Amino acid sequence: MIPHQWNSYLIIVASFIVALVLSVYPLPLGLRWWRPEFVLLVAIYWMSVFPETISLFFLCAVGLFQDLLESVPLGQHGLSLIIVAYICIQSYQRVRNFALWKEAGWVFILVGVEQLSSNWVQGLAGRPLSGLIFLAPAITSALVWPFFRMGLDRVSGHYQIN
Amino acid sequence: MFAMIALILIGLYTTWLKPIRQQLTFLIVPFYQLTDIPRRVSDWGGDVFTSQTDLRSENESLKIELLIHQRKLLQMAALAAENVRLRQLLNATDMLQDKVLIAELIGVSPNPLSHTVIINRGSKEGVYERQPVLDAFGLMGQVIEVDEDNSRVLLISDPTHAIPVQVNRNGVRAIAEGTGDLNRLNLRHVSINADIREGDLLVSSGLGDRFPVGYPVAEVEQVVRNSGQAFARVIARPMARLDRSRHVLLVFDTHGLTPKTPAEHSAAAHLNSPETAPAAPDL
Repeated sequence: MIPHQWNSYLIIVASFIVALVLSVYPLPLGLRWWRPEFVLLVAIYWMSVFPETISLFFLCAVGLFQDLLESVPLGQHGLSLIIVAYICIQSYQRVRNFALWKEAGWVFILVGVEQLSSNWVQGLAGRPLSGLIFLAPAITSALVWPFFRMGLDRVSGHYQIN
Repeated sequence: MFAMIALILIGLYTTWLKPIRQQLTFLIVPFYQLTDIPRRVSDWGGDVFTSQTDLRSENESLKIELLIHQRKLLQMAALAAENVRLRQLLNATDMLQDKVLIAELIGVSPNPLSHTVIINRGSKEGVYERQPVLDAFGLMGQVIEVDEDNSRVLLISDPTHAIPVQVNRNGVRAIAEGTGDLNRLNLRHVSINADIREGDLLVSSGLGDRFPVGYPVAEVEQVVRNSGQAFARVIARPMARLDRSRHVLLVFDTHGLTPKTPAEHSAAAHLNSPETAPAAPDL
């Protein structure tokens, strides 16, 4: 399971960079709520492939960088990434046997958890939230997950990361 | 995890992390430049693939517009001179001409709860924190973070932003708060019998010494007076096109300067002083 080549590390880092770019790509203001949480999706994918290799410190660093990028309080995404990663470590053996649509439902829950912690921090920062709109990214993330999963499977298959 | 929570709390309640953030901005600028490329390409395409007839008709309409504005300006010069004389009679200080710098929007904050944008001017061009930002229609917000080449602007519709305003018609003062909705500001603590009507123009009042006086901020859209409550609920719509303007103006504070001597008064009366470069016209 442990990747021996530098190749796979490069792929992992590159996938996170692409996800970071997508996470700040400008969207029309009306659609801003519906942006899937790309960084989190990439993290979930790699956590399910190499649950013991991706370190929480690395995820933490990615989260902090995302905070810098989006200019939200430092630690917001770091915190949510760690929480989700911990859930992933605990559950990856069961989730591997899920069908694709069931996996998408699981992603919906994970992104929902991430949104809860993120919005808790935003509330502390003086931007309180009302309603269920915070689940919008969870819905879109779950919808793109099957395609996302197939795309990344193909990438990792091509570079023989497994 | 607890380290993260501690970091969040430190970041929120102290200013210790601010210098670190500022040091690290150079890391994030490439990302925004990258995401700006599609827009630049489409701009370039729009520039290159325009038909001559389109350009001609645009040129025509711009000429007409220029003529109209020039006529207004002629009147303005006379009015400004008169204003200076009257203010001298009243022994009041001068309304100073504000210097401005044009900037372009290069990014919008991806966080749907915060209304901030990134512009392509920074400390190299003299941009400073708390500097007011306008577009062609009204006040947009203020600068909150400055980097060498870029800076971040907090819009007036952000829920953490508030701006002192006054009604242009009668000078009633109030504070306009952002609501998190781009088309809506709330006026805070307006007494129930204050003279505010629908359609009133709210301009910046200059109280608090952060925003210059007299720029349009919002138009009152709805006034709800409930006799059971102490305050009226006033909802206003920002004049600036917060989600559409690509070019913005940065206003330089001229109030910190020493009071002008009478000789300079007459110079101030001319609206367009010859030494201003076209890139930074006086308003």
